[in-house]
Amino acid sequence: MHTEYVDMKYPLLALLAAGPAHGYELKQSFEARFGVAWPPVNIGQVYSTLQRLERDGLVTGYEEEQTKGPARHVFQITEAGFRVLHEWLTTADRGPRMRDEFFMKLVLSRLAGMAEPLEIIERQRQTYLQELRDLNEIAIRGESNSSVSLLLAEGAALHVEADLKWLDLCEDRIRRGESL
Amino acid sequence: MTAVLRTIGLTRTYDSYGDDVPALRGVDFTVEAGEFVAIIGPSGCGKSTLLHLIGGLDRPTSGEIYLGDRRVDRLSEAAWAVIRRRQLGYMFQSFNLIANMSASDNIELPALMAGFSPSEARRRREALMAQLDIEPQSNMPPGRMSGGQQQRVALARALINEPALLTADEPTGNLDSQATRDVLAVLKQCHARGQTIVLVTHDPNVASAADRVVRMRDGEIIGENLLEGREPSSDTLRSLVNMEA
Repeated sequence: MHTEYVDMKYPLLALLAAGPAHGYELKQSFEARFGVAWPPVNIGQVYSTLQRLERDGLVTGYEEEQTKGPARHVFQITEAGFRVLHEWLTTADRGPRMRDEFFMKLVLSRLAGMAEPLEIIERQRQTYLQELRDLNEIAIRGESNSSVSLLLAEGAALHVEADLKWLDLCEDRIRRGESL
Repeated sequence: MTAVLRTIGLTRTYDSYGDDVPALRGVDFTVEAGEFVAIIGPSGCGKSTLLHLIGGLDRPTSGEIYLGDRRVDRLSEAAWAVIRRRQLGYMFQSFNLIANMSASDNIELPALMAGFSPSEARRRREALMAQLDIEPQSNMPPGRMSGGQQQRVALARALINEPALLTADEPTGNLDSQATRDVLAVLKQCHARGQTIVLVTHDPNVASAADRVVRMRDGEIIGENLLEGREPSSDTLRSLVNMEA
């Protein structure tokens, strides 16, 4: 529950910085911006996050009368909300962590006597190359669609490329007889 | 069916100030009709040497090369010249277009040299330029085109004699990421129409466009990967991007 709050907290604050909105508008606006790159947003998560933001004094809500239908609850970012958003936007992020799962397998494979390190590297390379192909296919086709998707695909491809280089490095070391 | 290309125990040793430096140490490599194969490896691994031997731009120290049924590694230079014109297409990193000729003339030249009539050369050239989306560049000299356009012209030139095998040596090495994608997209189109392609690169992004990726190290083939051409969906991107989370 807590991680969900963190996931949507800043995006919602950023969307509200553009102007007051109700929950469903925020969901639509988020999805329009990120396109296929992000999973569809759960409306329940949007409302629960807005409630917490309101509780923490980062947004305030008010009822807006409508000519048709019931009044809508509209949210607005507060001064404190702007400060928190500014801090988030202006803080650099840590780099991605290593893929420790693969590395654990590589280092521990011989202990269990079930797999050879070079086989583990080869299987991993197959997966990364296929991922790279899929990402580049998305990039080739995505150019006309959404620049957000394209940037994400390019970013993910660069990560996979780095991972492939790392596999080559691991393989070279092992072939030269270095033990793990 | 006979493979388009087959090498057996191919070696190439260069003489460097009296020392023998092996560039290839016995390469068995086969390409079937319709395959798109990428050879990948770090610089100095022998991948370009292999491509030069396949393309008849260099001669092996030992081993055999077959193009279709025909053994070609011992042919004379004159016989190779015919094969290069008729059976093989070449793409290079530096495009190698003739600077003071228009795109059209660059593309038609190999057809005329191979003995096709001017009208047949023009017919083929026009079809290729339409296919590769470079018709507006017809009358331009290479110097006035972008890198991506020049490489498309080079591809059209390579394809005009309908080669059994298209070879490409780092064809995107001089291009930015957008132009690289353009060139890979047209190579994939050619492959989809049945063109057999062998491409050499150090870039895994480029290699991953092929259906088979052959890895070289120190003059030898050390492994290969078969890749699937999957239709990407929005779920593909999501799952690939979220794996970083």
